[in-house]
Amino acid sequence: MSDMNTAMVEKYRNDFLKEVEANVEEGQWVKMCMQCGVCSGSCPLGNAWAHPPQEIFMMIRAGKRDEVLKSDSMWMCTSCYNCIVRCPRELPITHIMHGLATYSKRLGLAPKTQPTSQFSEIFWNNMMKRGRVNELKLGLSLYFKDGFGQGIKNALANQKLGMSMMKAKRMSPAEFFGGHGIKDASGLQKMIKKAEEIELAKLKANT
Amino acid sequence: MAKREYSYYPGCSSQDGASSSNLKRSIDTMCEVLDVKLNEIPDWNCCSASIGYGSGGVLPRMALSARNIALSEQHNAGQDIVATCAACWLATKEAAERFKEDENFFQEANTALAEANLKMTNQTPIRHMCEVLIEDIGYEALSEGVKKPLEGIKIAGYVGCQTNRPFGIAGESFENPMYLDKMVDSLGAEAIPTYEKKVQCCGGALAFSEPERSQEMIKGIIEAAYDNGADMIATPCPLCQANVEIYQDQINERFGTKFEMPVVYYSQLIDVAYGRSAEDAALDGQIIKAKKLDDIAAK
Ligand code: SF4
Ligand code: SF4
Ligand code: SF4
Ligand code: SF4
Repeated sequence: MSDMNTAMVEKYRNDFLKEVEANVEEGQWVKMCMQCGVCSGSCPLGNAWAHPPQEIFMMIRAGKRDEVLKSDSMWMCTSCYNCIVRCPRELPITHIMHGLATYSKRLGLAPKTQPTSQFSEIFWNNMMKRGRVNELKLGLSLYFKDGFGQGIKNALANQKLGMSMMKAKRMSPAEFFGGHGIKDASGLQKMIKKAEEIELAKLKANT
Repeated sequence: MAKREYSYYPGCSSQDGASSSNLKRSIDTMCEVLDVKLNEIPDWNCCSASIGYGSGGVLPRMALSARNIALSEQHNAGQDIVATCAACWLATKEAAERFKEDENFFQEANTALAEANLKMTNQTPIRHMCEVLIEDIGYEALSEGVKKPLEGIKIAGYVGCQTNRPFGIAGESFENPMYLDKMVDSLGAEAIPTYEKKVQCCGGALAFSEPERSQEMIKGIIEAAYDNGADMIATPCPLCQANVEIYQDQINERFGTKFEMPVVYYSQLIDVAYGRSAEDAALDGQIIKAKKLDDIAAK
């Protein structure tokens, strides 16, 4: 996807705001921000954001492309929707954060080892296989994302939790062998493939 | 009472052997006692919640919800879609609204759906089970059916984020919603309307990817419940429930606290107040036993 990144840089040159407006979910709202700071004060993980939403919007307008797209800030969004209900200009801030995350990942700029970015990918792939999430495999892939040794360590650290979940019938080892899924998984996969095609064609048309 | 019927979207976490299978069991019992019929959407799929965006663009993500809406139209025609998971409700409703606002986007979703031989008109209201309780049944009717008032139980109503924002329950405030407290009162228990952490985020999906940071927030949610003298926390959201209940051991280790605070669903409160057994109320699914509820159920 870095080809696409080069193409986007070429095309938008010094106008990162335009690039965001054209290619990022709800990006057309960015220019409406009046920099009041309410959103930044609303993020539950506020102190973990290198650049809170208000600052991100300012940086987009200032053309700080790399700083924004390579930042791990958007990945600190918990999707709590505090910002959306409070913003005096009614910007869909949560969606813009998700959109920036999607876009930065598509262009290959997102930080590679950001845990939420990795989790998000694992979640998506897990769900796509059978149309429903397999929580057991989701947990295991998360534990083992940093390799086998770390995985065992993580799994052991959470062993007690796993045991009590199984006892309460809220985790099932049977999920490891197949588990829940939908009947028409292939229809669903075809549908998603089509949706991806439509979306990518639009991005390409913008390069 | 006439039987009410809805098209039901239970969500992945409610399936057998999944983390909130106890929510589904307690909802089934609740619908029995309230004479509500839930028709599960055949072959429903995951909505990718609020975390699919790392790999899924906006159209693929919303196509997931489109498929559920289309299946509901096809098999449960004319019935409102009702979700019990906050994230399922939010994702589905958000998609439905986006399709309404943007005709082009709606067409694109239908083009994708055609690959699965489906089609949606997108006329179906997307509702949360709490809306059914409050708007279709009402607090008064809810309290009339109580057989065993939940006397002597003090309950911190933890609404969380996504049941409350951005859509919330009509007429309720985003910053200080009262409906969960009113439900608790209707069942004869003691609500804590000034529980200050009622809409505090628990970290959501980031409880997996950012455990330290999330557990710090969860600690605050539990601490405030203790400070207010609560016997237990009640919530409508499966991820809130799991996040606040299951990490208490780890939080105790990390912060030297001694938490042992039960976290239950509103549906479990209703089941017990309506005279059903601890098993029917899925109280056997608690990692931290809700003793006061167990006691009333056993009476
Ligand atoms: S709350 Fe809205 S207007 Fe204020 S800084 Fe944030 S996005 Fe801008
Ligand atoms: S939804 Fe995301 S951006 Fe908005 S307040 Fe919550 S964490 Fe911050
Ligand atoms: S919110 Fe979670 S559990 Fe519910 S359907 Fe979506 S992904 Fe599955
Ligand atoms: S409180 Fe936690 S689980 Fe509940 S909606 Fe908010 S982030 Fe999600």
